[in-house]
Amino acid sequence: MGGIPLFPEAASSFAPEVDALYLFIVAVSAFFTVAVSAAVVFFAFRYRRKHPEEIGAHIEGSLPLELLWSIIPTIIAMVMFAWGAKLFYEIRRAPAESLQIYAVGKQWMWKFQHTGGQREINELHVPVGRPIKVLVTSEDVLHDLYFPSFRTKIDAIPGRYQPLWFEATKPGRYHIFCAEYCGTKHSGMIGTVIVMEPQQYQDWLAGGGSEGTMAERGAKLFNDLACNTCHLDSGQGRGPSLKDIVGKSVELAGGQTAIVDEAYLRESILNSQAKIVKGFTPLMPTFQGLVSEEGLAALIEHIKSLSPQAAANAPAPVPAAAPSTSTPAAPAQGARR
Amino acid sequence: METPVYPAQNYLSNGHGLKSWLLTKDHKRIAILYLISISAFFFLGGLFAVGIRLELTTPQGDLFQPDTYNKFFTLHGVIMVFFFLIPSVPAVLGNFLIPPMVGAKDLAFPRINLLSWYIYVVGGIFTLFAIVAGGVDTGWTFYTPYSAASSSTNVVPTALGVFISGFSSILTGLNFIVTIHRMRAPGLHWFKLPLFVWAHYATSLIQVLGTPVVAITIVMVFAERAFGFGIFDPQRGGDPVLFQHLFWFYSHPAVYIMILPALGVISEIVSTFSRKRIFGYSFVAFSSLAIAVFGFIVWAHHMFVSGITVYAAMVFSFLSFSVAIPSAVKVFNWSATLHRGSLSFEAPMLYVYGFFGLFLIGGLTGLFLATLGTDVHLHDTYFVVAHFHYIMVGGAIMGYLGGIHFWWPKMVGRMYSEFWSRISAILVFVGFNLTFFPQFVLGYMGMPRRYHMYPDEFQVLNVLSSGGAAVLGLGYILPVLYLLYSLKYGEVAGNNPWGASGLEWRTQSPPLTENFLEVPTDIPEAYEYTPKVIREAKLV
Repeated sequence: MGGIPLFPEAASSFAPEVDALYLFIVAVSAFFTVAVSAAVVFFAFRYRRKHPEEIGAHIEGSLPLELLWSIIPTIIAMVMFAWGAKLFYEIRRAPAESLQIYAVGKQWMWKFQHTGGQREINELHVPVGRPIKVLVTSEDVLHDLYFPSFRTKIDAIPGRYQPLWFEATKPGRYHIFCAEYCGTKHSGMIGTVIVMEPQQYQDWLAGGGSEGTMAERGAKLFNDLACNTCHLDSGQGRGPSLKDIVGKSVELAGGQTAIVDEAYLRESILNSQAKIVKGFTPLMPTFQGLVSEEGLAALIEHIKSLSPQAAANAPAPVPAAAPSTSTPAAPAQGARR
Repeated sequence: METPVYPAQNYLSNGHGLKSWLLTKDHKRIAILYLISISAFFFLGGLFAVGIRLELTTPQGDLFQPDTYNKFFTLHGVIMVFFFLIPSVPAVLGNFLIPPMVGAKDLAFPRINLLSWYIYVVGGIFTLFAIVAGGVDTGWTFYTPYSAASSSTNVVPTALGVFISGFSSILTGLNFIVTIHRMRAPGLHWFKLPLFVWAHYATSLIQVLGTPVVAITIVMVFAERAFGFGIFDPQRGGDPVLFQHLFWFYSHPAVYIMILPALGVISEIVSTFSRKRIFGYSFVAFSSLAIAVFGFIVWAHHMFVSGITVYAAMVFSFLSFSVAIPSAVKVFNWSATLHRGSLSFEAPMLYVYGFFGLFLIGGLTGLFLATLGTDVHLHDTYFVVAHFHYIMVGGAIMGYLGGIHFWWPKMVGRMYSEFWSRISAILVFVGFNLTFFPQFVLGYMGMPRRYHMYPDEFQVLNVLSSGGAAVLGLGYILPVLYLLYSLKYGEVAGNNPWGASGLEWRTQSPPLTENFLEVPTDIPEAYEYTPKVIREAKLV
């Protein structure tokens, strides 16, 4: 097909394997399509009715044949399933050392926040050769963050964090699409991911104005929302201490346990009655509607910064800086209006 | 060969005037009512597709406003799925043919049969009202929270239309199940039934068991929109993904409501035009039931990127492959039927050959979407659009059109133009491939579905697709012309113009209102082709 491209750029660590699996299924499909088509076309010529009274041979069927054409496709299907499942496992499991980015979809734009505090809209700058984990959510309806060149996507669902990861392998500019229909300007909810050499990326991080790292913004918000009046580091407050909790297991009032991660922290802020740590009274108010998605992410980053051991696995915080393209700092950072 | 005479007494001549049609309890007349109404919806849905394909010839989104475009693809989907594809084969061909195929005078509940047509019409009127009132823009999938909270269009009338028409589907299914169990002629046991009847039995099970779930789901969306229930709204503790589970629990099996009856049609035509018993009859029969049953446990393959866990995704991926096997078994058995047959290639058989090509590609491309590693990339792209059009248009409509051409002489007693019908079968096949094959490539390139504008690199393939759609449209319009023409000017068909072995071909064409003057007793094996059958068809 002269001039018509058949593949998008393969620019992530798992993209070549997705393409290989795709080509494997293409080969299997082509084989069966050609084989069955050839057979029925051959029969069309070979067994064409010769005279008007002719009837076909009386054949009931054949058990061996039925078994053959049930079992062989089943085996081939199981190979596809196993290969696809293995690859999916990789696509869904972000390495522990990933650089973390928060993404928020809203009608009709993508907002990205780097832990260093940089914010971008419809553009995402990432370094080449380093795993990037994006925690995706939505402010309104469903969206879907889709990087065709990285062969991955995930739905942005209001009320939860959905993780997506990739490791870009080629510097360049690639499409970001919204792949879940979201209303009027669904097809305008597109952007560009800019994969940079590590040095260029550092330069990009250093450029632009400063509004503090996400953790610093979160710390300010932590005080503004008076979280600090109950969550004392000493553990003597009305709420549990938030020091060194991330990545650990906590015991809940009902006797179950929960792992403290972003999803847990998010739920505990927005729906504070859902999981109460054992030994505490459920008196924390809900912050649903009082804190924006950006503010929420900053709070979570602040709480994570209180667990330096857990953070030791994660990359070192990048210098506080924001590029000129980002949204101007709101007066009360993160807090809604 | 003696010239057949058009019978003076038949179901069409039994009563004249609008009243005789609108109050009829004759399954054949009700089938004709359905034929007229679903054809109207088909061309309305097609009109919206014309709008979509025109817009997509250029990348800029310059022909229609984005909201208009969004309404076009929504209405195209809603109309084609709920008001054309779901009723198509069962309500027209199933209604017309199941009673004569089982040797009965009518369905078990003739009044309920008429009621189900009226319910369908009322549902259709609600949907037409939604269109006239300004349209709806949620996509045919009505995903929350967009449909429940965000869209400002006519979601409620459209959803009510779908809700109401669902009852028509349930009643039709119920009627078929009872008819097939209770109304078979003496001696016509299950394994003598045509595979068309088996396919409809499997379909009816889905209609009866699945449709209530989508009805409940629509009521929930209605409650959320009208009374602010918060079932799907995370701000109020709801879960938007719950909607997808409920919706696909019906809407995935609904795909089999659309395709299974068409597969039944294919069995009839393949057998007749090769004058040979279907190879592996019982495997083909049970594969219909297997598809119907497995169809209920694969719904979450629509949700691999919607936040279900990795392990849930693996289970649903595995189960999805289980549907591929019975579908493959059918294709292999049909192909084997042709071996050592006596093949002839009138229009119905040409549609079947077209069906082979399209259903193969449609089925095999499903593997890419059941496979987790590739689905993450392909989900919600044009690859999915191409895949389901190959199944639902390539498979179901080819089967439907093949069936219409096969049984048209039985339904109206006259033959259509052999030349034009072959031309149209070829146009549909070529136009269909031109329209939808480029969309597989677009999808792998990463073009998301439901896009009003798109990056420039996707234009060439989109223009190809729109060009193909023009050919396809022509292929769909032609049959309307020559079939209508045949009503008055067509040659008289006779009882059995194809030399087919089914019971329905033993009656006159068009049949009497009672189908048979006497209940048939000497029931042959299914698809028993002997020189006697051909001789009695008086073809030579």
